[in-house]
Amino acid sequence: MQSDIYNPRRHVGVHAEYISDVSNRDFPGHYPDEDNSWNLDLFRKKLHVKVNELSQRSIQFDLVGVDASIANAFRRILIAEVPTIAIEHVYVWNNTSVIQDEVLAHRIGLVPLNVDPSYFEFKPDAQDQATDRNTLVFKLDVTCTRKPKTAIVRGTKKAEPEPEEIYNHSIVTSGDLTWEPQGEQSEVFASKPPRPTNENIVLAKLRPGQEISMELHAIKGVGKEHAKWSPVATATYRLLPLVVLNPEKPVPPQYAEKFRKCFSPGVIDIDPVTKAVSVNEKNLRNESMNREVFRHKEFEGCVELKRVRDFFIFNVESEGTYAPEKLLPESIKVLRQKIATIRSAAERLLAEIEGEPAVQGDVEMADA
Amino acid sequence: MNQQQQPATGSQPGASFYMGQRLEMEYLCADCGAKNEIRPREPIRCRECGHRIMYKKRTKRMVQFEAR
Repeated sequence: MQSDIYNPRRHVGVHAEYISDVSNRDFPGHYPDEDNSWNLDLFRKKLHVKVNELSQRSIQFDLVGVDASIANAFRRILIAEVPTIAIEHVYVWNNTSVIQDEVLAHRIGLVPLNVDPSYFEFKPDAQDQATDRNTLVFKLDVTCTRKPKTAIVRGTKKAEPEPEEIYNHSIVTSGDLTWEPQGEQSEVFASKPPRPTNENIVLAKLRPGQEISMELHAIKGVGKEHAKWSPVATATYRLLPLVVLNPEKPVPPQYAEKFRKCFSPGVIDIDPVTKAVSVNEKNLRNESMNREVFRHKEFEGCVELKRVRDFFIFNVESEGTYAPEKLLPESIKVLRQKIATIRSAAERLLAEIEGEPAVQGDVEMADA
Repeated sequence: MNQQQQPATGSQPGASFYMGQRLEMEYLCADCGAKNEIRPREPIRCRECGHRIMYKKRTKRMVQFEAR
């Protein structure tokens, strides 16, 4: 597969002032005597998915052998259509802090929660009855008080004490949200009680005598409705960069160091003896493609910059609702659901054309 | 905009503005924070410190917001 990325048909050319061969041409009828019709076995052979980096909150993986439309569909679904749970309704009993009710409500809505959305149903409408299957209830009841003089521990030697040293609860964080189990929720979530994925998000600051008392209702939603339901912080992809040296015209040894500096660190290796340049395959994906090499006359014709059209390097950061490695499978689930909807709609349409009209009026397509 | 106040419990419809039968209202002094009961046509002046700016208290009712 590593040598396969040098197949020129898969390349997008990167030139000094323009890019070339942006579109894929592997479709039937373009190359004479070639059948490029879509074939599952061939697709299976070409498709590769490889995880490069995985941490608690992020993943970097390669998706190789698919069309840009598919890769982009996954990216967009990750951002906008994988469901999560987020606080939507805020009922304020009291808020004497300096932050206004609506601003505080907005901040609370953005707090990511660690709840598995598959346990929940979508609440069809804001006016609909809230049940234990579609709503999670949190309470936020915080009052700031002065600490008794005896309890004050001064950590710093500064003249003025820090607010946290002399006041109780001067900072309201996401960790102050307390979950109120409703109905069967206390059993369903017994092993993993709902809470924010990060307990240290500052929501408001208080001074003695100030109070916040509110009830919060979290519901299931998707990122296209509001970004607070997006399960990812970022979901991006880029194409694999390629640096192809011309064997006919090697880089002159006296310019080897200058050539190396035209690229990102580690991309070009120089042989310590012969001063011959070579491309470091492992670091190649770090190339920034700044095209500096095209600005120097002495390197004209020595090198070509390219990208591999169907080699997508995905970078996805999870908000913590889903483990990072679970995000792509979730987006595939959503895409398959969409395809199933289209398929059933198409079948209904076909049945109407062939036989009696199955249903009067338009074909109904669920908004999935 | 987002906020829909629930109908006040206990107060008569349309009469909520006058807070029932009570004529004096409790205000908070902007300077010293003391509670002040001020009747209609009474001078607006804090009994504790003489400050002339008063704040009205926040509603006791629940206020609903959309977290957006």
